[in-house]
Amino acid sequence: MTYDILITGLIIIAQILAVVVPVLISVAFLVYAERKVLALIQLRRGPNIVGPFGILQSFADALKLITKENIIPSGSNKIVFILAPIITMVLSLAGWAVIPFAPGWVVSDINVGIMYLFAVSSLGVYGIIMAGWASNSQYPFLGALRSAAQMVSYEVSIGFVIITVLLCVGSLNLSKIVLAQQTVWFAIPLLPMFIIFFISALAETNRLPFDLPEDESTLVAGFFTEYSSASFVLFFLGEYASMILMSSMTVILFLGGWLPPFDVYPLNVVPGVIWFTVKVIFILFLFIWVRGTFPRYRYDQLMRLGWKVFLPFSLFWVVATSGFLVYFDMLPN
Amino acid sequence: MEIDGSKKLLKIFISIENIDRMVLYSLTFYLFSSVAVLSALMVISAKNPVHSVLFLILSFVNASGLFVLLGAEFLAMILVVVYVGAVAVLFLFVVMMLDINFVKLREGFLQYLPFGALLGIVLVIELGILFLTDRSSNIYNNQTPLQPIVNEVENTKMIGQILYTEYFYLFQICGIILLVAMIGSITLTLRDKGGVKRQNIDSQNTVDASTAIEKKKVKIGEGI
Repeated sequence: MTYDILITGLIIIAQILAVVVPVLISVAFLVYAERKVLALIQLRRGPNIVGPFGILQSFADALKLITKENIIPSGSNKIVFILAPIITMVLSLAGWAVIPFAPGWVVSDINVGIMYLFAVSSLGVYGIIMAGWASNSQYPFLGALRSAAQMVSYEVSIGFVIITVLLCVGSLNLSKIVLAQQTVWFAIPLLPMFIIFFISALAETNRLPFDLPEDESTLVAGFFTEYSSASFVLFFLGEYASMILMSSMTVILFLGGWLPPFDVYPLNVVPGVIWFTVKVIFILFLFIWVRGTFPRYRYDQLMRLGWKVFLPFSLFWVVATSGFLVYFDMLPN
Repeated sequence: MEIDGSKKLLKIFISIENIDRMVLYSLTFYLFSSVAVLSALMVISAKNPVHSVLFLILSFVNASGLFVLLGAEFLAMILVVVYVGAVAVLFLFVVMMLDINFVKLREGFLQYLPFGALLGIVLVIELGILFLTDRSSNIYNNQTPLQPIVNEVENTKMIGQILYTEYFYLFQICGIILLVAMIGSITLTLRDKGGVKRQNIDSQNTVDASTAIEKKKVKIGEGI
């Protein structure tokens, strides 16, 4: 009956909302947390006016930005200009469809989960390029070009890191990747890969010290210089949502997803989703810590790090891992 | 828990009993394929080359949707990662950087028209022959549209098992061709320009007081 279609449709919509709404709320609190942590690093107070401890600051900011006038530059390419922030936002939310928060807590448990995540995160560059080009202005354009080169460079090493993990798992399914870490989290045997992945994730999400696409000291605000009000909010949300997505990816690949650190009594009664959240918050804290600590890279240094350091090293590690697994006959199935 | 994408899709379709699930399946197919064909048309008809590339990307994404419908999820993801995520980015990069004169680009249109039309006609005839003669083969004999092939083995594994055994030499040859192309493009573009300042990080890191500072006696009333 049509009734059945309705039920199926409603279930799918409910699943999507159950993932997207918490992500958006956590974006708001991540922005607050970032400002607070940076303030503590720099011996300031940070936001402390709106709500208790300033906790509602991000909501106030979002409300303020959305009620402002949306200015579209007259020389811009209007359709692409409006599409760019929407694409950024949609792509940063699309990846969540395959993230397993706990055993069975996943919207779509597909076979090629990790490939899907890799594909979605590599599409993220289009929002930025389109924004930079459609603005028809020098600074955004330079930001877009920098971003295109940067994201393609770091994707290569991310790909090799993922291959190393897949060699140890024998499956592209994210739940199986987590379950393969029951004996030991991959962060321990594959520690160098974990570090490379984390640094590449910083570059992939355009975070400091690799935020050259929006380098404010040379490019005003980079690719979103011309954006205002709601379209700016979409870019902002998209950037932070993809930050949380990359942190979840790190947790799933290297920190055992929903698994407790040790499978002993008081730890293993804690629900998996709480372990997952705690680990993601830890990685996000590292993101903010790095931002508060390191100076920005120069562009040629960024390219050198990607192509001349990370690429050969991760390639070597792929060969070394597969050699080790074959020699000791430890290849999965 | 371990339901793959196409199986899950199929499961949704099975749960909808009264509407023929194949109807819904065909609708999805026609959505993807029509958008793919339309955006492919826009690639060659769009005035602005950047718009052309963006439509090309849309076309790629829809083609990968078609692969998912076929149950070839690995191919679908590879298509997005390689073509959309890497090749098209560089393509867009180049098209954006080039200062193209659109009016000049259109001038040669009539000159190339006969040649292009010839190629197109040959392609259409070939496709027509394929459709007319090969009715007896499995694909066209089926009255139902193509269905997702649901296997016990993941198709990533299946591709690996075939690619590294039966087609091993072909695979190696592909690799060598890519290597040759890569070396060729590097030799074509690598030039030693004079006057470029390069940073030598090792030499910078090994600097200490004894190598960085030089003491000189300066005579009174004279410079160095």
